[in-house]
Amino acid sequence: MHSYDFDLKDISKIEGHTHMNVKVLDGKVTECKLKINENKRFFTQAVVGMNYAQVPMTMARICGTCSSSHTLCSIETIEKAFGVKVTEQTIRLRKLLSNAGHLRDHAMHLFFFVLPDVFGIDSVLDFGDNLHHWIHYGLDIKAAGNYLSTTIGGRAIHPPNAAVGGFTALPKKEELIEAQDKLAAVRKKVLAIIQLLYQKRSNFLFKRKTNYIGLVNNDYNFLEGKLKDSKGNEISEESFADHLERVVIPYSNATAFEFEREEYTVGALARMNVNKEYLNKKTKKDTEKYLKVFPSANIFDNNLAQAIEMLNIVDNSIEMLNMEIKPEKPVKIVPKKSTGVGVVEAPRGTLYYRFDINEKGILTFADLCIPTQQNIFHMENSIAAYVESLIKKGKTKEEIPFEIEKMIRAYDPCMSCAAHFLKVDWI
Amino acid sequence: MDKKLKLGFFSFTCCEGCMISFIEILNEKFFEWKDKIDIQYFKALKKVKPIGPMDIAFVEGAISTPDELKKLKLIRKKAKKLVAIGSGAINGWPSNQRNNFNKEKKKEIAEAVKKFNQMEKITPVKELIKIDDEIPGCPVDQKLFTKKMESYINA
Repeated sequence: MHSYDFDLKDISKIEGHTHMNVKVLDGKVTECKLKINENKRFFTQAVVGMNYAQVPMTMARICGTCSSSHTLCSIETIEKAFGVKVTEQTIRLRKLLSNAGHLRDHAMHLFFFVLPDVFGIDSVLDFGDNLHHWIHYGLDIKAAGNYLSTTIGGRAIHPPNAAVGGFTALPKKEELIEAQDKLAAVRKKVLAIIQLLYQKRSNFLFKRKTNYIGLVNNDYNFLEGKLKDSKGNEISEESFADHLERVVIPYSNATAFEFEREEYTVGALARMNVNKEYLNKKTKKDTEKYLKVFPSANIFDNNLAQAIEMLNIVDNSIEMLNMEIKPEKPVKIVPKKSTGVGVVEAPRGTLYYRFDINEKGILTFADLCIPTQQNIFHMENSIAAYVESLIKKGKTKEEIPFEIEKMIRAYDPCMSCAAHFLKVDWI
Repeated sequence: MDKKLKLGFFSFTCCEGCMISFIEILNEKFFEWKDKIDIQYFKALKKVKPIGPMDIAFVEGAISTPDELKKLKLIRKKAKKLVAIGSGAINGWPSNQRNNFNKEKKKEIAEAVKKFNQMEKITPVKELIKIDDEIPGCPVDQKLFTKKMESYINA
């Protein structure tokens, strides 16, 4: 009966390069391999020997999409190593910068990568006039995020103003007001995509439970807090790595991670599953019906979770932008021999950094754990189970590869991030 | 304008920040350019298909494997004009950081370089093939990219 190989090459509408192989024997998946073929760029080696001040802007270049997260995680790691206390204003601006990055990124994923799947059309470039308003919505939301990123970070990609100790340039009050206006103007468009994804949910149902992990805090920001899993365990940022196991995958350019020796998932779905009670009140009020979906064991709900996060970003940021800008310079840094750990929520999930630094402020060791690396095992196992369920439902050999692609896209993987490090052992 | 410009966008070893920058440019220009450009190849936006003839190929990133070099040469052959965008394609940074690693670091990465069939050195696109134009920046300068695109459209 059903025995065949699926060989999906150059999967499109994701970040970076990957293939997928699935072997099926008598209706059972015998092999399911995500073959990340992004070329390694050895950033963890490159920053060793570098002065701490250059590190955030270098690490930003790991990924064009997630650059704000890499910048902010590098900064947090260095500041924790040196015991630096930054100002309230800096903390607030950083939260806004990460909000902006997530808004842009979620909008790109949902409108450019996911909507084609929702409408059964290959590309947003092929949308007919009847769907053009969706493109407008996506572009406008992205533009609002872009404006906020540029206002605070100096640029949407590889933001130059965020530095160790604070910001090298500060936004003007009138720019903050304009950012507020732009965010307020896209709120309805964000609600529209939430509604659409909820309506179309019945086409995207596949439940498979796992452990979900994300940072929790009382205002759903992406930078602070403790890690929490869906079993209720809470872990400090510093001890996160003690629970992780790095696993080399012989067929992939990336290594993967297990949490307490089991597969797990990070990302918007995980965050929504463990932290939804701390969403903005306005967001909660307007998404009450949709929030009942969570906690969810359906990876396709990652898309709905991202859409709700966009609304939360809009509501939180509009409130946070009610601020006066005090002229201030980054706080003075005194390097010391130290180790720092930083954890932030990147758009695609929990991002972990560790740096060892010497008394001159030179990095002697760097290690990272990337969201997509943490999702690899869950992805492979879920896709295997999904393929078997599709076969049972009578989906044909021709239909299944497209369904696999849709599921891969639902994870919003970032291969650029996942592959750019050399395997190192935890110390 | 009686014919749309056939365009291709290709990423080699890099962070894809220049492609993301182009998608950001589309926030303003999507509908203005819609009837003037025909995006044939852009993996982040549509299904991958075999590379055929095109008017302009935009290339980001540096070259790290023989397969990438082969693909780059094919793109050069199929594109009337090839534009290198961003620092990876123009000068190799930051992918080329490993070219200057000391002995110790080179030893650390040697196994991975071999296993993944990477070349001894990372080389920018510009040094490997003839390019017709370049747009610098890391990521690519969005204003300049927009201006150049408009000049290609109006040429």
